[in-house]
Amino acid sequence: MSSAMLNLVLKATLDTLYMVGVSGLIAALLGVPLGVMLFVTRPRQILAQPLTNQVLGVITNVGRSVPFIILMVAIIPFTRLVAGSSIGTNAAIVPLTIAAIPFVARLVEGALNEIPPGLIEAAQSMGATPYQIITKVLLPEAKGGIITGLTITVVTLISYSAMAGAVGGGGLGDLGIRYGYNRFDPMVMLITVAILVVMVQGFQSLGDHLVRKADHK
Amino acid sequence: MIRLTNVSKTYGSGSGAVNALKNIDLHVPQGSIHGVIGLSGAGKSTLIRCVNLLERPTTGSVVVDGQELTALSAAQLNQARHQIGMIFQHFNLLSSRTVFANIALPLELMGMDKSEIRHRVIPLLELTGLEDKADKYPAELSGGQKQRVAIARALASRPKVLLCDEATSALDPQTTGSILELLQDINRKLGLTILLITHEMEVVKTICHRVGLISAGELVEEADVGDFFTAPRTRLGREFLNDFLELEPPKALVERLEEMPGEHTHPVVRLAFTGDAVSTPLVSRLARECGVDVSILQAKVESIQDRTLGLMIAELIGASDKTREALSYLENHDLHVEVLGHVQRDA
Ligand SMILES: Nc1ncnc2c1ncn2[C@@H]1O[C@H](COP(=O)(O)OP(=O)(O)OP(=O)(O)O)[C@@H](O)[C@H]1O
Ligand SMILES: [Mg+2]
Repeated sequence: MSSAMLNLVLKATLDTLYMVGVSGLIAALLGVPLGVMLFVTRPRQILAQPLTNQVLGVITNVGRSVPFIILMVAIIPFTRLVAGSSIGTNAAIVPLTIAAIPFVARLVEGALNEIPPGLIEAAQSMGATPYQIITKVLLPEAKGGIITGLTITVVTLISYSAMAGAVGGGGLGDLGIRYGYNRFDPMVMLITVAILVVMVQGFQSLGDHLVRKADHK
Repeated sequence: MIRLTNVSKTYGSGSGAVNALKNIDLHVPQGSIHGVIGLSGAGKSTLIRCVNLLERPTTGSVVVDGQELTALSAAQLNQARHQIGMIFQHFNLLSSRTVFANIALPLELMGMDKSEIRHRVIPLLELTGLEDKADKYPAELSGGQKQRVAIARALASRPKVLLCDEATSALDPQTTGSILELLQDINRKLGLTILLITHEMEVVKTICHRVGLISAGELVEEADVGDFFTAPRTRLGREFLNDFLELEPPKALVERLEEMPGEHTHPVVRLAFTGDAVSTPLVSRLARECGVDVSILQAKVESIQDRTLGLMIAELIGASDKTREALSYLENHDLHVEVLGHVQRDA
């Protein structure tokens, strides 16, 4: 393989990591609090707000049910507004983030739901405020589950980012389509796929390792 | 120290409503260990959860240490809860925290600084025998050790009251014994008032001063533990006691028991005696003074805390005027007599 080609592969890999990294980070920063909100506002929970809970639930479900490829096209005006353009890696980050936020939120809500209700009661019996229950009980106890959720999110983002690449988002997906498919270079196709596999494998192992470190169950 | 007045709790509404507690009046004086016993579903957990308002009573008032909890704002209630420790059947320790950090949790919630927390936690590790477990996680502990951590955690904020919801029900008998000993120790050393609920008479017998019996949401009986074990006043109380003592008349006899005395019947009685009566040569006296023979079907001596309790199931054999005389003789000698029924003489 030529060094020019090698450079292309390298740049595409970094682009993918950049898209996944930035959108994953923002999605975690917004999705974790949303997931907590979804959980604590449930009926009979520490900040029970049935109406808020339903509204948040519907928004989250809408976000999750729109296929990514459609979401990407549908929000182009918004993407332009935020990223200044609708093509390129920065532009791809916008739909990736928007798709990932409700995804993270539901996974976090699920992780919180795994906590035995007795732990929340014990904290209440000690006079903990709802905020203290969230920071001292819910988040630490669900840490393993939340990391698992974020790992799944990152892996999903890697595959979404390849899709984003197909419509001009850059990264490995873009490379695979342009060289592997359009110019029918099986070598490039193979390398692209191989790098994606290694990337997914790497994030999964990292996630598993962090979960093991976090969990004392 | 704890006073519930006319407390009722209804879950749900309309046709699906469950009256889990009905007009409960309960007073637990400072320094005492008060047990509440009842069958599954009787409302025990609901009752104890009403004391620290984990469950808000539908009506009635809850006063702990002179403070009416039912009248407090959320923030005031959180403050008041620092005075009320609670332990649970399933321990409810945080798996993400070490033993030390679990015990420190209530202190962190109170905003105490690190060095002060250390000063509080270390004596608690000693009190509960967990010095060498400080850095372990709950998953590495046995059930008994977990409950010790939970007790230490409940004591960290130096509460005046400790609530125990079936604290030993998930433990084997030996571990139960050691946890009860610890609770008794704490009660004596710290003067802590303890309210515990249980379905085990053994627990009541071992550490309670007073006991209440709850059935279908009502407190049906309340007594000092010695009195309760000698002579429960309700049918349910007697059932609990007989189950516990395994003192039931033989099956074959029960089938022959008739409720009313007949012409040729003699009574079958359950006798309970405490104090001096335990050492009285009762059987020979009945024979001598009343001319009644006593056929002992079952007998047992139990020690209930500092009292000795003798129990006997016996047939009184003699003419009916003689057996009547024997019954009043027994009652006049501080014995608790319960006539279980009558059997045909010749059968
Ligand atoms: N959150 C709830 N919602 C509806 N009904 C409830 C609730 N909690 C308890 N109950 C009902 O109230 C009654 C008393 O329950 P409680 O848990 O106090 O019984 P318990 O004496 O502690 O029983 P156990 O020994 O099985 O723990 C039961 O009929 C139960 O079904
Ligand atoms: Mg219960």
